[in-house]
Amino acid sequence: MIHARGLTRSFTTQHGRVDAVRGLDLDVEPGTLVAFLGPNGAGKSTTLRMLTTLLPPTSGTATVAGADIATDPAAVRARIGYISQKSSAADTQRVGDELFYQGRAYGMSRGRARRRAGELLDRLGLADLADRKPVSLSGGQRRRVDIALGLVHGPPLLFLDEPSTGLDPHSRAEIWSTILRLREETSMTLFLTTHYLEEADSMAERVVIIDRGRTIADGTAESLKAELAGDRVTVALHEADDADRAARVAAGFATAPDRVSRLAPGESAPGTADALNGSRDGAARVTAQVADADAALPVLLSALEAAGVKTAAARGARPTLDDVFLSLTGRSLTEEQAADDPQAHHQPEKEPSA
Amino acid sequence: MTATAPSAPSPAGAGFARDVATVFQREIRPSLREPLGLILSLGQPLLLLFFFGPLLGGAQGVGAPGAGGDSSWQWFVPGVLVMLCLFGPMMSGYNLLTELLTGSMERMLVSPIDRSAMLVGRTLKEFAVLLAQAVLIIALAVPLGFRLHPAGILAGLLLLGVFGIGLGAFSFFLAMKSTPSGELFYGVTQLALFPLMLLSGVLLPMDFGPRWLQMVALANPVSHITDGVRALFSGAYTDPSVLWGFLAAGAIAAAGLLLGNRAIRKGVGV
Repeated sequence: MIHARGLTRSFTTQHGRVDAVRGLDLDVEPGTLVAFLGPNGAGKSTTLRMLTTLLPPTSGTATVAGADIATDPAAVRARIGYISQKSSAADTQRVGDELFYQGRAYGMSRGRARRRAGELLDRLGLADLADRKPVSLSGGQRRRVDIALGLVHGPPLLFLDEPSTGLDPHSRAEIWSTILRLREETSMTLFLTTHYLEEADSMAERVVIIDRGRTIADGTAESLKAELAGDRVTVALHEADDADRAARVAAGFATAPDRVSRLAPGESAPGTADALNGSRDGAARVTAQVADADAALPVLLSALEAAGVKTAAARGARPTLDDVFLSLTGRSLTEEQAADDPQAHHQPEKEPSA
Repeated sequence: MTATAPSAPSPAGAGFARDVATVFQREIRPSLREPLGLILSLGQPLLLLFFFGPLLGGAQGVGAPGAGGDSSWQWFVPGVLVMLCLFGPMMSGYNLLTELLTGSMERMLVSPIDRSAMLVGRTLKEFAVLLAQAVLIIALAVPLGFRLHPAGILAGLLLLGVFGIGLGAFSFFLAMKSTPSGELFYGVTQLALFPLMLLSGVLLPMDFGPRWLQMVALANPVSHITDGVRALFSGAYTDPSVLWGFLAAGAIAAAGLLLGNRAIRKGVGV
């Protein structure tokens, strides 16, 4: 459905040349739900804009829905749907009118465009809002209108740029159930960007992680977590002096002898909440990467007891996608997003005009 | 893939006309649904017509070129219409700018709709709106003493329409070049519109001014358009100002459409 090779895009700004995407390779099979994950400024939106023909690549090629984005953009446009980060319906237009003209824009007859608009309004629970303007709608309702607009021509491939960003938790859940329902009904290929790690983790069949314009990981969330981060067990100790002994015991359980780390009292493990950060910061802790945290924890605790180490608390944790990102880049995705403004300045996600 | 197959490509010309019609209808639909907005945007021209126009009756030298001693209304009504042409299309550039800043323009750019048709459809809507407003103003001016020269009115409206299409296309170009901040658009429209209007002798004849001001006005294409419409509305069809007016409007339309078309074909944020 998507095959990209060496996709590259650079921009010229006042600060000089910015390489937003550098040699990206990507293959997406029909019918999959792919989450495209990365910190702000990683090149997510630029990649999406290239794949949707909004932006010509500086170099590299891509075939999207069977057509080349550079030589046959018209064919690509006819076969894809695109739901941008921003609201897709104009504030001056009524919701029903926008859907009708969207159908016309995709070459439908007046009758067919009208029927299709009605169909989508019903399916997305928007029937009562057909005569309203987007300004008077809630965030979740607006997003449903955007999704309806992206679906008018029944595209086999749908791109969604941050579909749930800026919505309250209830609306986010609602948008997700809509997306998943659509998928079941149509066997569409969905390619979406998100910076909600949990969403990518639980919803996507495949996660592609991008950083600084390049793909750095690609696989199912489970395989990425197992291969790149692994389960972890953490114990907090009563006596800081026991740390050496506890680490030696834990090494016997770890996937590799070097996958054991020690945290001094007051120290926090970077990016992860599962190393008893916060709750037991005052104690010395030992963390080991293990194959199966649930099974390793009881055995480790009895081994520590046998070695005379007194434990104050213990936790077994499955890795998150943030741990995957951390182990790949040494940086935490959640922290980068918290401080996204300076980052966005160096590698703008929104392209500066050339 | 149970999705709807994309419709077969139609012949290029038919597809283009279809797309123009789609864009035109989408643009004009909100105005038809709520015509009050169009009437409210006539507020300023109507105020000028009723509260300023009558003052000119007593002013010496207010008359259309080549029209001899025709009434001051033949001179003033064209000025009001030119003002309408200056501000209306610029306002619709602002509408496009808001569509650019939200995702709605991007959505259209991802659709297979012809990009030139997006420009032509929008400018045709400007043309239609200006025409309707101009006809209304002319109708209201008749009881005040404006004399109808039907052929001249038609030709004058055509001249204004060409000018409106050019300005509309130019303001769309400006809006597209202004993304993502919009500053360029606000800056140019703020700085350019008012001088263009003042220097076209819309409210008072440029002949009243000193020589240097008249020279500046001579370089302003809008003043030629104003003079051209004045001649036509007074029935002076062969006055040279008519030719100059059409040349100026044609040049603005050609430049606007060329720039606008190039920008929209290239896309936004490229």
